Amino acid sequence: MSMGMSVQTKAFLDRTIAPPIKDAIEFDLSLPPYRRQTLSNGVEVYAIDLGNVEAMMVSWIFNAGNSWESKKGVAAAVSHLLKNGTSTRSAFAINEHFEYYGAWLNRSSHHETADVTLHCLNKHVGELLPVVAELITDSIFPQEELDIYKKNAQQRLQVSLKKSDFVAARLIDAYLYGPAHPYGVYMEQEDYQQLQRDDLVAFYKQQYLGGACRILVAGKLPADILDRLEASFGRLAIHAPAKDIALPAPAIVPATQKKYNIVNDPNGVQGSIRIARNFPNRHHPDFQKVQVLNNVFGGFFGSRLMANIREEKGYTYGIYSYLVNNIQQSALVISTEAGKEVCAPAIAEVYKEMDLLREELIDEEELQMARNFAIGTILGDLDGPFHVASRWKNILLNGLDGRYFDEGVRIIKTIGPEELRELARKYLRPEDFFELVVV
Amino acid sequence: MIKYDRFELPNGLRVLVHEDASTPMVVVNVLYDVGARDEDPKKTGFAHLFEHLMFGGSVNIEDFETPLQLAGGENNAYTTNDFTNYYIQLPAENIETAFWLESDRMLSLAFSEKSLEVQRKVVMEEFKEHYINKPYGDVWFKMRELAYKQHPYRWMTIGSTLSHIEEAQLKDVKEFFFKYYRPANAILVVAGKVTTAQVRELAEKWFGDIPAGVKYERRLPQEPPQHEARKLVVKAAVPLDALYKCYPMSARTEPGYYVADLLTEVLGGGGSSRLHQRLIKEKKLFSQIECYHTGSNDPGLVVIEGKLIKGVSMEEADKAVEEELEKLKAEPISEKELAKVKNKTESAIVFEDMSVMNRANSLAIYELLGDVNMMNTELERYRAVTAEEMLATSRRLFDPLNSNTLYYYSEK
Repeated sequence: MSMGMSVQTKAFLDRTIAPPIKDAIEFDLSLPPYRRQTLSNGVEVYAIDLGNVEAMMVSWIFNAGNSWESKKGVAAAVSHLLKNGTSTRSAFAINEHFEYYGAWLNRSSHHETADVTLHCLNKHVGELLPVVAELITDSIFPQEELDIYKKNAQQRLQVSLKKSDFVAARLIDAYLYGPAHPYGVYMEQEDYQQLQRDDLVAFYKQQYLGGACRILVAGKLPADILDRLEASFGRLAIHAPAKDIALPAPAIVPATQKKYNIVNDPNGVQGSIRIARNFPNRHHPDFQKVQVLNNVFGGFFGSRLMANIREEKGYTYGIYSYLVNNIQQSALVISTEAGKEVCAPAIAEVYKEMDLLREELIDEEELQMARNFAIGTILGDLDGPFHVASRWKNILLNGLDGRYFDEGVRIIKTIGPEELRELARKYLRPEDFFELVVV
Repeated sequence: MIKYDRFELPNGLRVLVHEDASTPMVVVNVLYDVGARDEDPKKTGFAHLFEHLMFGGSVNIEDFETPLQLAGGENNAYTTNDFTNYYIQLPAENIETAFWLESDRMLSLAFSEKSLEVQRKVVMEEFKEHYINKPYGDVWFKMRELAYKQHPYRWMTIGSTLSHIEEAQLKDVKEFFFKYYRPANAILVVAGKVTTAQVRELAEKWFGDIPAGVKYERRLPQEPPQHEARKLVVKAAVPLDALYKCYPMSARTEPGYYVADLLTEVLGGGGSSRLHQRLIKEKKLFSQIECYHTGSNDPGLVVIEGKLIKGVSMEEADKAVEEELEKLKAEPISEKELAKVKNKTESAIVFEDMSVMNRANSLAIYELLGDVNMMNTELERYRAVTAEEMLATSRRLFDPLNSNTLYYYSEK
């Protein structure tokens, strides 16, 4: 190939010099907007029309998370069993219908909300929406399906309880919020035995059939999508969430004891370490600022925790810190699995890194790296309709608006070392943290 | 239809470009044609350990991560039994940073003793986290050894034992690099907001002067046909009895691969699949059951694995699975069921190809398989599968003399 020959004639390449880069500050980031329309029954549809592939996602978001249940496990059971039978279709027939059209219908249950999410090719959406409508108006929760669910969920829990990371995740939430709070509560074997069909049916009627719902639709949307949604959902008893009624916000009761060592498996070779403190929610002005601080601390591969505890010491395969995505109240969590014999030094290093952030200013290059990484991540994350939809979902469910996104970008670009040190002094004090090791 | 351009540099580096102006990002994906199957049986886990060392600095660049993060980039890598793949995603304006970093580590690593020492520990923790400190974590070590007697798929990508990782030497690292990490053994894919002309110029600038190296010719021992039912019984401190069965299937590029892939969907793909419906819902023998295949380039395995309901005997559970396989072998599946698994496959392909990162990765893998255009003909190959082929393939595949069965008992 003749063009390849030109390689010989080019100037000497100095590989020690990095090519010039465009800085994060220069990138203009904006979240593509949604179009909001209202169905006849008042339910709002947020539509994100993007992309070049004939595929879409529709998400029905109900106020049906575990904050709304009066008996442990009901919200999750309803969410799971929502597609296990209507008065005219068996669980098998429902599954077969969605699978025949190559669609996925996932249900997930969180603290405040529970979602039903459909992913499908545009060409099949007409066959699928009416069946989703059937599920949210006519699910019957057959006793036999509930019995199978209870038994299988108990067996799954038995296996999960052998995993130190699973046990640690449950316990740390219980310490942070209290075991009675929806964020801290967890299932025991006997809780599954208590689940009754009547509990499920009552919850379903209240939170789904006649419940508050929002619809999010994203993809390269067909022109008639709104008409189709109106036809299938516009006349149902679902309604928009009432503007003046707050989400449940039960009392948060953190544990008084701060340090815990749990032996879950005497033969375990690693400890699951969780170090965590309560943290305000997204409405607090410090939230997005601490996200920048967290990036430097343990938010990504180039962070201090990773550089020190993995890349320098080799104590772990990975260590991260993050702000929990909760609506009522967040938490700042440091999470890692480390060799049993190096758990103590790994924890000591976590506190040392907190000390450094409280004592010393972050240097300009490191801050620039954290900034650029954060901007790059957002840029990459705005790629495609589903990512954009998930950003909007998070903003909307937290009762925020598009200004939150813009403000976040502004903070990343402008926050300085002094302010970050002030935040570290406020939020990275070891005495405020719960510390848990589960072997 | 995924469009791409393809060219080769004089040093043998294959380059693929996929232009997509709808994203502000580019993905730079470098695949090396070396995986755990190429390892010395006495030094297993090396390809993966090596992948970690690729982040420990290269000949002219001490630190890989910092400049990339400064450029707003993210990266990662993974190793399989077949190949090793590295990828970077960054804003299109900063594409040259990725070329600079990737070409320097293809030119030569720094070969630092310290990096080797730390990454040995990191990988040992990774080994513990995923395979020792987890219930059922050792299953695949045992299953691979049962199903493969000759082929190097008999060991895991992570390595067959911790000691192999512990004993890795810098000398091994150097040899491995200069044997496998040469342009002649690599595929570069650039996808996103970029043009072919731009990539050609950058590829020549940054990769053009790297010595070609000797193309590695793979000569692996092939696995002979099985012709015997194999069985292994294990007891361990796990809460539930579990059943694992696997059956050798066709290699990735053979027609039988597509049929086997659809068969796993019939058996285990979703809530309306046969194993789920019959064995969890109707007979209530399992709390969980799956069917999938290992999808490897050389002949892989169709796998059925399930956890038994307390009180169900292993023999009863095994027999019920075999009855389902017998049904598949006895009569052709209905047109409706065949259409269902094909429609599912179509959707899976469409959704997977929505991300630029996945498209870049797939282009590299199809190039590795010998024909990048396969990426655009896959769906047709699935569509062409008939009920008769499903019948014939299930008879060969699920022959009891082609079976490997593991009874994994809970130790009371």
